[in-house]
Amino acid sequence: MTRSSFMSRKELIGFLILAAVIFLLLPAMLDSFRLNLFGKYLTYAFVAVGLALCWGAGGILSLGQGVFFGLGGYCMAMFLKLEASTPENTAIQSTPGIPDFMDWNQLTELPVWWQPFYSLPLALLAVVAVPVLFAFIIGFAMFTRRVGGVYFAIITQAFAAILTILIIGQQGYTGGVNGITDLRTLLGWDIRTDEAKTTLYFVNGVLLFAVLLIAQYVRKSKLGRLLIAMRDQEDRVRFSGYNVANFKIFIFCLGAAFAGIGGAMFTLQVGFMSPTLVGIVPSIEMVIFCAVGGRLSILGAVYGALLVNWAKTSFSEAFPELWLLGLGGLFIAVVMFFPNGLAGLWSEKIEPRLMKRFQRPGTDTLKPVAERAPAE
Amino acid sequence: MSEQMIIEVEDLTVSFDGFKAVDSLNLYVEKNACHVIIGPNGAGKTTVLDLICGRTKATGGSVKFKNKELLSMREDQIVHAGVGRKFQTPSVYEDLTVSENLELSYPKGHSVFGALMFRRDDPVQTRIREIAETIFLEDQLDEKAAFLSHGQKQWLEIGMLLIQDPELLMLDEPVAGMSVAERKKTAELLNRIIQDRSVIVIEHDMGFVADIATRVTVLHQGKTLSEGSMERVQNDPKVVEVYLGH
Repeated sequence: MTRSSFMSRKELIGFLILAAVIFLLLPAMLDSFRLNLFGKYLTYAFVAVGLALCWGAGGILSLGQGVFFGLGGYCMAMFLKLEASTPENTAIQSTPGIPDFMDWNQLTELPVWWQPFYSLPLALLAVVAVPVLFAFIIGFAMFTRRVGGVYFAIITQAFAAILTILIIGQQGYTGGVNGITDLRTLLGWDIRTDEAKTTLYFVNGVLLFAVLLIAQYVRKSKLGRLLIAMRDQEDRVRFSGYNVANFKIFIFCLGAAFAGIGGAMFTLQVGFMSPTLVGIVPSIEMVIFCAVGGRLSILGAVYGALLVNWAKTSFSEAFPELWLLGLGGLFIAVVMFFPNGLAGLWSEKIEPRLMKRFQRPGTDTLKPVAERAPAE
Repeated sequence: MSEQMIIEVEDLTVSFDGFKAVDSLNLYVEKNACHVIIGPNGAGKTTVLDLICGRTKATGGSVKFKNKELLSMREDQIVHAGVGRKFQTPSVYEDLTVSENLELSYPKGHSVFGALMFRRDDPVQTRIREIAETIFLEDQLDEKAAFLSHGQKQWLEIGMLLIQDPELLMLDEPVAGMSVAERKKTAELLNRIIQDRSVIVIEHDMGFVADIATRVTVLHQGKTLSEGSMERVQNDPKVVEVYLGH
């Protein structure tokens, strides 16, 4: 029965270590500028955790997670933008009271679909609901027709491209290529100050742990085992009486919900949202975060997002042109040498050695977990 | 007539780009019978099972299971109607343990919400252990299926069907690729589990067929060549010519 329980002792230790890193170590070590930077990295961890479920467990590779990250981010940004666009703040515009980019694009009225974003509860609901709705439509259309594997990946990538083009093209409604900028307050609370950024970092951390616990629950439920079964033997699952498409739609929507929350936290911490965070390149980067961390491990996905982004910042400060090549090289290295990423490296190489060293002779309770299944 | 029949296949046809793999086939399986389908390679044996369980869509005809038409149903609906299928190559979930493999086939929690809420409670555990004993795997419950031998994987898949408890069990070459000892054990296992249910088996091993069959159908080029008791079929000159002769 211990096998199916919510969290093993080893996993609990892993969760506690991550909590210590996020809530104690990083805030103690970093100044508020760097902490805010790590807060930004952690918003990508939401996406990576979703990918660990979709791709790692379920074998559904989405190269369009940026779509859901972006939709969540835009929903948050629309609320903040409306709050920042009071008639007093925008008195110099020809139509005061609407966002500045609308005024520049000769709009004289707030579009109807912007109206709900005056309300914070509705905006927060939209942060999750809009990505989920999109994911449901894509998932329903693809999975009930049994589109999978590479074809699905390419189609999701196409969606990322389509949404970017749409956002850039509809400048008057979306802020175009600049995105939605100049966000100031959340219900009157200035989000640009250092204290606010530190608070948001901790809110982000708490939300990330909530998402991790949901992911852990799903992984440990029968649904989690079904995902693995579907990845390995889809037909067998189908002929055991499961409607495979429903399970794929569910996990894809869950990943989208996680990504949407991450996007909203990005907007809050960074202070803007733009189409550069929606497109193909960020979507593929998100897959790399997950791959580097270890696509089978939800905690690994968080470390992957942190490390790759940290490397990106440090590296591109020094060699701006080389970063993309470095990222590509990293991805190839992971695929070729560590298919299970950092988490795999840990459980296959480091952990067995630690166990050997710390285990008192004669106690045989902790078995090394070196036996991973053959690479798929 | 249809009272005694668990499944009635009538005029079943499937054509792949003009090639008729199954051609106006009629097949009736009695309740609690063990109906064996034999025939040379390419006769359409596996395709018949694929058509019944919904893996391949038929071009025409009808398949009635307990007077319900199966051809318009989705695969999982056919399973819930009471049809279980074992594939030719062992299809088990290699990354999961034996007990998890069996658990996923337990007939409960098949919706998304049901799977999220599913608890491995006592009845489930007892049933898993029972089935594991039946399929000789009670000592391998916590082992990953990837580490089982070929024969053990075949047994595990049979076990996955047993826990599902279908009224009609379809087995595609259950003893193929097994050692002599495994084969004997499997025959014993199958003999035990076919007692109180209807079974369709595809098999090449004639000794094995003679051992289990209550009725035999010989397929040839998508059509029935001969049908009847094992004795009658074995002595049919047409069958000897196309199949048993060589």
